[in-house]
Amino acid sequence: MYPKELLYTKEHEWVKVDGDTAKIGITSHAQDQLGDIVFVELPKVGDKAHATQSFGTVESVKAVSDIYAPVSGDIVAINEDLIDAPEKINEDPHVGGWLISVKISDKTELDTLMTADDYAAYVSAESES
Amino acid sequence: MPDGRTQDLFPLFTVHRSLLTNSGSPLICVSLSFPPMDDALLKTPLNEVHRASGARMVDFGGWDMPVQYPAGIAAEHMAVRTGVGLFDVSHMGEIEVTGPQALDLLEKVTCNRVANLQDGQAHYTGLLNEQGGFIDDLLVHRVGEGHYFLCVNASNQDKDYAHIAAQAEGDVKVDFVSKSWAQIAVQGPKAVATVQKLTDANLEAIQYYWFSQGVVAGVPGILARTGYTGEDGFELYVPASAAVEAWNAVLEAGKDAGILPCGLGARNTLRLEAAMALHGHEISETITPLEAGLAWIVKLDKGDFIGRDALVRQKEQGAPRKLIGFEMRDRGIGRDGYPVVVGDKQAGVVTSGGPSPYLGTNIGMALVEQPAPGIGEPIGIEIRGKKTAAEVVKRPFYKRDRA
Repeated sequence: MYPKELLYTKEHEWVKVDGDTAKIGITSHAQDQLGDIVFVELPKVGDKAHATQSFGTVESVKAVSDIYAPVSGDIVAINEDLIDAPEKINEDPHVGGWLISVKISDKTELDTLMTADDYAAYVSAESES
Repeated sequence: MPDGRTQDLFPLFTVHRSLLTNSGSPLICVSLSFPPMDDALLKTPLNEVHRASGARMVDFGGWDMPVQYPAGIAAEHMAVRTGVGLFDVSHMGEIEVTGPQALDLLEKVTCNRVANLQDGQAHYTGLLNEQGGFIDDLLVHRVGEGHYFLCVNASNQDKDYAHIAAQAEGDVKVDFVSKSWAQIAVQGPKAVATVQKLTDANLEAIQYYWFSQGVVAGVPGILARTGYTGEDGFELYVPASAAVEAWNAVLEAGKDAGILPCGLGARNTLRLEAAMALHGHEISETITPLEAGLAWIVKLDKGDFIGRDALVRQKEQGAPRKLIGFEMRDRGIGRDGYPVVVGDKQAGVVTSGGPSPYLGTNIGMALVEQPAPGIGEPIGIEIRGKKTAAEVVKRPFYKRDRA
């Protein structure tokens, strides 16, 4: 359910590390809980992302949610497809529904993130609490 | 029309953290985790049915209610616009007023003219305070002479009952009968045909805002041609003990029409498109019917009623605020509680706003200071600190074609 090659946050974002860049999105669990996503607000290329701080919002029919950066760095790309097709996040959260790509400034920040198995356990524990 | 929201302008669902949390904005957030059964929450007789069908449950003003089923809010919304949907609204309150002076009592506590109702007819009205604000909005059904059946909002029902009972004088009895009743709303262009399969009553003979007592799905109840979606349909009041039976029968009867069970999420988007007021949003203890565009339910010439003096004064002086409809022009969604900017000045607040699944636009209603901007004029909605363009448009945003 959660791809092994990704890392995960407690705030339900995922990170795909490729060299010194990181692609960031929200997890399948997050999109499922939010429901039909209708709007995404993303930063601009060239803006900076700061770990644990909000870099954008995702809106479903009923809710607005902040998205937090798992790692810090310059934003090098945003997923323009989401502007007209935010539902992509529901349809393909871990690949086509990516949000931004960041040039990682401090790789040690990745150490705090969860593996797929840890995240799965975290989600099921959270659902039961 | 009433719904179950809390009084508070910014109510409800369990707020979770970060991604699934409210971003400092006053609006509704869906809980991330499947909430555990909370014994402190009130439950309708259909609670188990919702959980078994995979509904996402939320704390809705103290009630454990389905916000959506697996199909999702948008699909549920469209089922009601194009086919038929089924809602559990058993959390709504029911109050019976009986006796020779029942009419006098209701004329005193509500603003619409109860004397106009005939047997089997219902109307929308307000239970007002002395300032002309809404203690609640409600439906009054005239069952017979000296016998009225009131449907009120879930989260206001206790105070509504207390208020009405306190105003009772002479030969009249006020009974709080919520626990006896379940209420199931069947809504959409195929709703009447769906319910017709389950009853011998001739539904086509029941006009909009009329009702009939009859047997539906083998259960004795009240079949009211009312609703909170902007579509044709029925609200079925059945004994609480027969709720599951009735629910399952309607689901089965609507199968061919593609019926979907619908949660409070779709109920809210549907009523928003239809520009129907929600207590705690478009109307409240501090918002009058004249401000909320509901002058049609205020009968100042019917004789005295609670709130009348305040409304007479407000009518003479002009209401200080006005409810408007808007559609977003820039990208962005104007949500409940966001500030409204007219010219360069903050002049009001969004009372309800969100995406319109049917129209594919972002719409909302806002209460703004007079002089309010007219249809076609630009306004701004402040979305997370950024002024975003919108335009005043006519309400309702959606109106069904009537055959």
